[in-house]
Amino acid sequence: MSPLAGTAADWIGLAVLLPFAGFLVNGALAFLRPQGKRLVSVVGVGSVAATFAVGVAIFLAVVAAHPAEPYVRTFWTWIPVGDLEVRAALQVDQLSVTMLLVVSGVSTLIHAFSIGYMHDDPGYARYFAYLNLFVAFMLVLVLGANFPVLFIGWEGVGLCSYLLIGFWFEEKEKADAGLKAFLVNRIGDAGFLIGMFLIFSHLGSLDFRDVFTRAPQALVAGGGAVTAIALFLFMGCVGKSAQIPLYVWLPDAMAGPTPVSALIHAATMVTAGVYLVARANILFAMSPVACAVVAGVGALTALFAATIGLKQWDIKKVLAYSTISQLGYMFIGVGVGAYAAGIFHLVTHAFFKALLFLGAGSVIHVLHRAYHATGRHADAQDMRNMGGLAEPMPWTARVMWVATLAIAGIPPLAGFFSKDEILGAAFARAATQPFYLLVWAFGLAGAFLTAFYMARLMLYTFHGPNRTGDLERPHLGEAPWVMTGPLIVLAALTVLGGVVNLPHVGTLHAWLEPLTERSAAMLPALAPSTATEVTLMVVAAALGVAGIWLATRVLKPAALLPPERAPRETGFTKLLLEKYRVDEFYRAVIVRPLVWLARVVLWKGVDAGVIDTAGVNGSAAVARALGWLGSRLQTGQVGTYVVVFVVGAIAVLAALLR
Amino acid sequence: MLLVPSLAVSAILFSLGVLGVMLRRNAIVIFMCIELMLNAVNLTFVALSQQLGLDGQVFVFFVMTVAAAEAAVGLAIVIAVYRHRDTVNLQNINLLRG
Repeated sequence: MSPLAGTAADWIGLAVLLPFAGFLVNGALAFLRPQGKRLVSVVGVGSVAATFAVGVAIFLAVVAAHPAEPYVRTFWTWIPVGDLEVRAALQVDQLSVTMLLVVSGVSTLIHAFSIGYMHDDPGYARYFAYLNLFVAFMLVLVLGANFPVLFIGWEGVGLCSYLLIGFWFEEKEKADAGLKAFLVNRIGDAGFLIGMFLIFSHLGSLDFRDVFTRAPQALVAGGGAVTAIALFLFMGCVGKSAQIPLYVWLPDAMAGPTPVSALIHAATMVTAGVYLVARANILFAMSPVACAVVAGVGALTALFAATIGLKQWDIKKVLAYSTISQLGYMFIGVGVGAYAAGIFHLVTHAFFKALLFLGAGSVIHVLHRAYHATGRHADAQDMRNMGGLAEPMPWTARVMWVATLAIAGIPPLAGFFSKDEILGAAFARAATQPFYLLVWAFGLAGAFLTAFYMARLMLYTFHGPNRTGDLERPHLGEAPWVMTGPLIVLAALTVLGGVVNLPHVGTLHAWLEPLTERSAAMLPALAPSTATEVTLMVVAAALGVAGIWLATRVLKPAALLPPERAPRETGFTKLLLEKYRVDEFYRAVIVRPLVWLARVVLWKGVDAGVIDTAGVNGSAAVARALGWLGSRLQTGQVGTYVVVFVVGAIAVLAALLR
Repeated sequence: MLLVPSLAVSAILFSLGVLGVMLRRNAIVIFMCIELMLNAVNLTFVALSQQLGLDGQVFVFFVMTVAAAEAAVGLAIVIAVYRHRDTVNLQNINLLRG
């Protein structure tokens, strides 16, 4: 009997049910009363806020009990087939309740922000319906007690992501971006499915509890089976969490409304991959190869995406590449076995990246309003149209600076502790495995670039002279309080978030221990000496400061020209501006051949050639030929019929008499 | 006993009827050949009833009844065809050719 039975943890179903009910009501309102914005807002924000309240109650119950085993609440048996029995069950433990709090908390703030951001949109009710559905699926994902339930959430958030990226589907570019996200994710999801099949064939169950208890006995540590399972699962994570080589969908996903980018494509959905690795930590810890792949891909992505972020002009694109890069850090964390550190960075990142995106959303909202007022069609997301916005938007500028310092790793903000812990763990692993020294170096270089590109974003957006336009300037001003309010709450969380896992106080570590202790026993210890730890901290903080300092010295916001008059880039900066031409590369190497294969070989060759001509028309031709033969017998002459009849009758008689 | 000659006559009559149906072209003649076959069968029934009981003779009445009905319908069809096509030559009536 779990100590959680009979406590608030029994209400876990409500956490999924509430936002889903919100989706149903808002979905109905989208058809029946699309203009009833007040009701839509109340239902949309209220359902998620109520979910957060449930989350807090469950969290308090878990704190009180601190169970060593997850508490699984089964609702019904979903798929009973032979040996396979999948139950629709949700799980309460330290990890899932942490995710529950983060997801529902950040969602509540972003829903509130959306009231202001989407206020004039004709699809207001539809927007909140999708957003509520997203929260419901995200909670299924993080609360599911077995792989199939998690997968339902996994695919559901993918669906909502698609719907919300293509929210303004009248513009083909945006609809295409949604499609791209969906298709790229399919590649990863195929890997996830194969991983699940392998788990079932080797371990005979898909329940988290069974899989993770049986794995150490049933599988050989470091063997091929567990490595294959871990790598296929990681393939799903690569797609969902936008890592190399499947990261290309995330920058395009910025086509959706900005609060969506904040919620889905920064704070919650894209971190699902990190959550999955942390959840299945025992499988990854058993395979050193999988660990190295996870950390290696993370390190490469962290550095690679950060360099692209250096040269983007679209404010949301900078943040998108920054998200990809930060997700890389989380994978370094879970790859080197510092699962708590990875989750810690996931939580802090959810705060400061949601803050950055919402801040960018406010800026875009204000600029858009100004351009709308004067009727000019300029890009409201291009930083070359911004500049000097700290004056009309003081609160947005202040909170954005807080988030920037946090992501740059300046103490004592949240990002400093989480990033530093990840890099420290990578450095500690390097003592026994030199490969991780490279991971650490990549991470450190990425941290420096992060500080630089974030300072660049802040300088170009909020400082220097204003480039919005002389007519538009009087229309600039602070966004409404319903938008700045959530920003201030998130800023407070960004400042205080580091407290949950201070070094040597380490509450999050102890908190997650029941889930990670067995894999921690398999891995080399990750405790660097205090001297090393302090040195690493100083180095990391110094690099952050250096990045910001360099940006203020090198960049000249005053010399920046609007996009239409900007000089052409050359050399390496051009390559960065064009994102290393990876999209073009994929188009030439994968998309074109695939389309060619589909169109020429499969459509014209196999479909039109083999199936239509030989199969469908061929069988028709055979039937027609046989019919022609048969019709030759029908002469229309009664005489012939009689002859045939008599001959037949004689033949039958002969056969009978013989 | 006349059994063997009766059956022989019946077989000859039946064969004449079959040959007539196969070889003649006039619908009326074919019709008469069909009657010939029916009556050949009647003769067989009557001849065999001497040995096998009265069932055969009873059956003859049924055959005659059916033959009468068939003659009525058949002649009506022939007349209808003649009215439409001005001929009862079956070689010219081949609407059912495939």
